[in-house]
Amino acid sequence: MNPVYYLYLAALLFTIGGAGVLIRRNAIVVFMCIELMLNACNLAFVTFSRMHGNLDGQIIAFFTMVVAAAEVVVGLAIIVSIFRTRHTASVDDASLMKL
Amino acid sequence: MSSVASVHSLWTVAAEVPGRIPAPHIEYAQLSPTLIVLGAAVIGILVETVLPRSSRYYAQLALSVVALAAAFAAVIGLAAGGFGSSKARIAAMGAIAVDGPALFLQGTILLVSLVAVFTFAERRLDPAAHGKKVDSFAAQAAAVPGGAAEQAAVKAGFTTTEVFPIALFAIGGMLIFPSANDLLMLFVALEVFSLPLYILCALARRQRLLSQEAAVKYFLLGAFSSAFLLFGIALLYGYAGTVTYAGIAEVVSDGAKQIDPALAGTMGNDALLLIGAALVLMGLLFKVGAVPFHMWTPDVYQGAPTPVTGFMAAATKVAAFGALLRLLYVVLPGMRWDWRPVMWGVAIVTMLGGAIVAITQTDIKRLLAYSSIAHAGFILAGVIATSEDGISSVLFYLGAYSFVTLGAFAVVTLVRDAGGEATHLSKWAGLGRRSPLVAAVFAVFLLAFAGIPLTSGFAGKFAVFKAAAQSGAGWLVVIGVISSAIAAFFYIRVIVLMFFSEPKADGPTVAVPSPLTTTAIAIGVAVTLVLGLAPQYFLDLAGQAGVFIR
Repeated sequence: MNPVYYLYLAALLFTIGGAGVLIRRNAIVVFMCIELMLNACNLAFVTFSRMHGNLDGQIIAFFTMVVAAAEVVVGLAIIVSIFRTRHTASVDDASLMKL
Repeated sequence: MSSVASVHSLWTVAAEVPGRIPAPHIEYAQLSPTLIVLGAAVIGILVETVLPRSSRYYAQLALSVVALAAAFAAVIGLAAGGFGSSKARIAAMGAIAVDGPALFLQGTILLVSLVAVFTFAERRLDPAAHGKKVDSFAAQAAAVPGGAAEQAAVKAGFTTTEVFPIALFAIGGMLIFPSANDLLMLFVALEVFSLPLYILCALARRQRLLSQEAAVKYFLLGAFSSAFLLFGIALLYGYAGTVTYAGIAEVVSDGAKQIDPALAGTMGNDALLLIGAALVLMGLLFKVGAVPFHMWTPDVYQGAPTPVTGFMAAATKVAAFGALLRLLYVVLPGMRWDWRPVMWGVAIVTMLGGAIVAITQTDIKRLLAYSSIAHAGFILAGVIATSEDGISSVLFYLGAYSFVTLGAFAVVTLVRDAGGEATHLSKWAGLGRRSPLVAAVFAVFLLAFAGIPLTSGFAGKFAVFKAAAQSGAGWLVVIGVISSAIAAFFYIRVIVLMFFSEPKADGPTVAVPSPLTTTAIAIGVAVTLVLGLAPQYFLDLAGQAGVFIR
């Protein structure tokens, strides 16, 4: 099977994630969409790794997973703290500083 | 198909016992600045768990100051050993460059961070809570603002001493960022310094709702932009088959000569290169705060605790511009005819946009945020020069600008009323009558921002615009000077407001700081004046440092 199809899939997933970030209003869902974008990157890395025949891309995919995990820790901590204060996780309500 | 199968066999035929994997060769001495800072951060976490609350503050402060000073000494040692010029090399198996720009920027970041740690440690500005001295960070960040848990924490006199190790982690990432020599290192360093910054933003003691809101905005937008950066890295990897800067640069400039026919679809494919480079630049321009990607800057600068804002505004900008310079000058010089027009546009809208929107601001922290956007545009003008002068002028500008910013935000922490810091501009009216010294110091910083001669801002702007003009970007310089004039208007307006209007009866008071903040502000003023009056030595220093290793 032509590995380029996996690249199309990666681009599609990345686009879906990016659109989700822009459209969805719940901070948790926005965050999940960002994770989807990171996973799309991983798919692209692994596919390119397969095509080039070197292991760099697979190693990078591992690093991305670790970074994504660390990001979840920080992100959920921040989102949970703002949820406990306001009883909502909507990114539209976080507008105290809007001009 | 057969060649794909042979490629595939690279890792599927390993049925035999794998040979010995050689251990990587790490030059610990050349990486020592980063290792010292990150090691101190780990020790700082241990301090949090081991020591009793009462002694943590002093232990953390001492640890941070010693670590930053030691790391700075290590940078000086490396520079004196010739690693900035003749012995510049690539360390850690190609992942880290030890060269002039890297050492210069690391030294700048370390000095700025040292001063920033002083402002973090300030405990005399906020009134003592229940007889215990407090700093500008939340008593317990996990407690709901205004809730019972928070009141108990305040009553018990808790302080978030974790800010020191968290800041050290961020500084460690910032040290790696401008010296990263492959795209994986670039991404990891970006996250290592961004994640701690997101947390620091959420830790303000006063106005915690604003602080949390700033953190969530910064986090979501920062993670969004780093996803773009990562996808760009993936595409560049697909283009070149490697993530090392030198390897990509080779494929960019030589084109795809000896390409495996099986890889003809990806390797050397210009679409991958152009889209990948654009996405990576997007991620870096977000961190820099350039205009299409600047929307987070005012909110985050306003909501974050002011010492953190100062640290972030100064050190992040230095690190991010360092990485941007290295990417454009080492990886992508072969396609500069493609990226220069785009960066021209970004620089122009950044300069004009930042300066024009700043005029309408009524909050001093937002005003400084938009001013930092305008300054990002001025620095971009130097980046675009693609010459040795361009590199050295940007290095000099970053050094000068970071101390001015840090000093300005340190002054903002001093002007207070019952609700904490009085950041609304109307409250600053007549400050010069009531506390002439503080107002005069702030005026010096504002004049430096505006680029008035005899301050560091003038020397920096002159160097950057000169480099841009010499590279043929005359129109860019004209627009830069026009937006400097627009920016000077609102800086001068604040000075006029402070000195030539009557103080209000219910105006803010100026808190008397401890020697920590006084030192920070004094260093800011000293650097501003020294770089303004006698810039030549430092321009020469930046000039010597202005060669990238490839």
